[in-house]
Amino acid sequence: MIDLEAARYLWHPIAASSDLVPRHVFHAQILGREMALWRADDDNVNAWENRCLHRGVRLSIGINDGTELLCQYHGWRYANRTAGCTYIPAHPADAPARTICNNTYPAVEHYGLIWSGDSPEGPLPLLSTVDTSFVTPLRAVTINAASQQILLPLIQGYTLQLSDTGDGSLRYGADTPDAFTIILRATDTSSDRAIPAPDIAFFLQPVDAARTTIRGILCGMDEHNTDPQALNDLLRFHNRLLCNIRDRLEKAMADEPAPTPWIPIIPTVSENQASMPAINEDGRSASLRVRVASIESLSPSVKSFRFEPLSDLPEAQLPASQPGAHIDVHLPNGLVRQYSLINGPGQTDHYAIAVKLSLPSTGGSQALHEHLREGDLLATSAPRNNFTLRRDAEHTHLVAGGIGLTPLLAMARALHHMGRPYTLHHFVSQESELFFQDELQTLSGSYHAHIGLNPSQTAVRLADILASPAEHQHLYLCGPAPMLQCARTTAADLNWQDHTVHFEYFANPEERDDSSSFDVDLARSGLTLNVPAGQSLLAVLREHGVTLPSSCEQGACGTCRVAVLQGTPDHQDVYLSDAEKARGDCLMSCVSRARSNKLTLDL
Amino acid sequence: MSPVCNDPVALGLWHPLAAVEDIQPFTEQRTRLLGQAIRYSKNHENDITVLDGDRRLPVTLAYGYVWTCLGTPAAALFDLPEYAEPDRRNVCAATVGVRVSAPRAVENFLDMGHFPFVHTGILGVEPHTEVREYRVDLDEQRDEILATECIFYQPQAAAGASGGIMADYIYRVPHPYCSVLYKSCPTDESRLDVIALFLQPVDEENVRAHALVSVIDTQSSDLDIRLFQQTIFGQDKPILENQLPKRLPLDPRAETPIRADKAAIVYRRWLRAKGLQYGVIPAAA
Repeated sequence: MIDLEAARYLWHPIAASSDLVPRHVFHAQILGREMALWRADDDNVNAWENRCLHRGVRLSIGINDGTELLCQYHGWRYANRTAGCTYIPAHPADAPARTICNNTYPAVEHYGLIWSGDSPEGPLPLLSTVDTSFVTPLRAVTINAASQQILLPLIQGYTLQLSDTGDGSLRYGADTPDAFTIILRATDTSSDRAIPAPDIAFFLQPVDAARTTIRGILCGMDEHNTDPQALNDLLRFHNRLLCNIRDRLEKAMADEPAPTPWIPIIPTVSENQASMPAINEDGRSASLRVRVASIESLSPSVKSFRFEPLSDLPEAQLPASQPGAHIDVHLPNGLVRQYSLINGPGQTDHYAIAVKLSLPSTGGSQALHEHLREGDLLATSAPRNNFTLRRDAEHTHLVAGGIGLTPLLAMARALHHMGRPYTLHHFVSQESELFFQDELQTLSGSYHAHIGLNPSQTAVRLADILASPAEHQHLYLCGPAPMLQCARTTAADLNWQDHTVHFEYFANPEERDDSSSFDVDLARSGLTLNVPAGQSLLAVLREHGVTLPSSCEQGACGTCRVAVLQGTPDHQDVYLSDAEKARGDCLMSCVSRARSNKLTLDL
Repeated sequence: MSPVCNDPVALGLWHPLAAVEDIQPFTEQRTRLLGQAIRYSKNHENDITVLDGDRRLPVTLAYGYVWTCLGTPAAALFDLPEYAEPDRRNVCAATVGVRVSAPRAVENFLDMGHFPFVHTGILGVEPHTEVREYRVDLDEQRDEILATECIFYQPQAAAGASGGIMADYIYRVPHPYCSVLYKSCPTDESRLDVIALFLQPVDEENVRAHALVSVIDTQSSDLDIRLFQQTIFGQDKPILENQLPKRLPLDPRAETPIRADKAAIVYRRWLRAKGLQYGVIPAAA
């Protein structure tokens, strides 16, 4: 019997590199556990539990779109690398909770094979005695036998039975550095052989309790300097030999009882995934550490910053984001600023933001532009998405002003990738302020730059763009406050329905009035608190141990939203639409106050 | 051979075996129910007999199908009053073997979210993927689940219809292994078409799915109706056969539900409360 527990901590070959062809999902199995293997367009190899955690459908029948894996059943999208769920089509208006994440396993590519395992530790099998400067994988042969039953017949097949296959002149010496590896060294190295005889390494892949796949590689033979006919003959020769070994072994074992199957343990989902996802992040958390990998000038006033994890270890991996998401960046000068991620689908090995230097700066953009250097370390929050892109529109209109392009760029990349029609308008005051133009022109949606319009010309142009609202169309707006205000008013005048207009402000342009004092009842915690003049509701809640996530803390981002059960809120934010404000069923705890004496909150 | 069922809940239920019209006289048919090999036949007086070895099993003929029970029936078969309406076309539309447990198949029947992805161009189409909020109630008196106010975008509601419509659905789950769907009738606004799914649990991880279509439709031929239903079943089959595990896990932490799965959440709780064991993975106590 093999030591199943010990085998869980080893690396095993689970596929040939050549099995992972572009846009394919390969069904692999190791120690009884099924895996869905797929190669993304950036060449990253993903080894995932072969099971969508929504309804258990095998992901090996899913769709590899090059950046994400889609489940066939409900179209859930899982990101390259992190396996974080980026989109749930049944609820297009909601950002999936960040914690919805499939089980992943480590995967590396070596010796022309893909290696993985349950919890592999330590190095791959070392082939120090053979030349691995060139490797040629043999066709994998699966045998209905456990790996320990194969070791000896395989060695015997190569050392004793070669005469059966018509090449009796060839002999091999065998060496087994571990229970799953066999090295065969050719003892006849004469160069006048018609067919070359390179050394061979065999790796036994314990598929399940009753099956083993033999994965062989020919070592040190440069395929490009080998006669194609001889190479073909050689591969056929080994395949015949392996099939022969399989047939003899299976015949000899025909009457043996089937072994007890290995049942892999599939981890259960976390408590908060088992119910409807709820926000459970506390405060303005800077849970991630990143390194500034590169800084690039996109225009005279705009720079892009690429943040990467500190190591390749799985625990350092950055959580996947969705279009519209932002991160809090904790700057060296102590300031916290929000920036939209511009990452496209599947770009999960980094976070990218673009920042405009605004002078006079309140400290954020200047710190990034003038003081940040490549190699610096920063703390950021995990991505939050309060500006979710619905992907169920028949047409999506994206309207950006200046640096407001950033979230819409991520949206355009996602819509392009899914083949959804969209139009992108970018308003700038001068041509030098355009950026990412080359890419935007290659994307499928139509792209229009509007340069140097004054406010009244902008209003006319917006009226033109928004002239014909239609059913199943959505509008996304991001830009400076005056332009956003104008676009929202124009859309309302032209009868765009409130729920089809989505917007994000850079900052809250309104003066906030915190001179009132009011009481709040917290329905679930059973507390009654007083919010005095000069202090925010959020601050009072935190003082009393009620933790809430927050981000911009000026009523622009929507992170600290709280449901209102009773009373009339005094909103003061620019996150909610007018209709949402009129409903009065939620508020932004960072800026909202009360019109009534008392509010009852769902906290 | 699969082990014989010892779940008293499953043993006390009525289970469908075959469409009455498909049973040829004087030819004994074999099938399996709850892991047990059984036989059924029809004599010259059209009486139907179901046998487990030498033991005669109770028989009910209802909704076009033969039903039997391996134990003592705990209750009469559920009501489906629409079947008796004189102007309805009642068609036994399909019997399809599927390698999945009966409760997984019921959940699939209750699920609207998969329409655009599995029944593309028929029951749904991208980008119209939203499952709007709907109601799910447990009718304690009738001991059945009722999902109402279900609305889903349907690309082509009826032959000849142009453009999509929001179709209305009502679902009933009156039996652990059966579900009934009511859907707006394209030819008569005041009526509802009925599609019922009756699952025969061949064993814990295999079913025969029997479909009854009961519609107000003077246009379509029986063949049209059967082909449509078999297309839908044919699209579901490969998905269902790739669900892991095949039995339905009742532990809430086995899978990740979303709001669209409200009906399934109530269904799983209902099965748990009944103490049903067959075809499910019971939650740890």
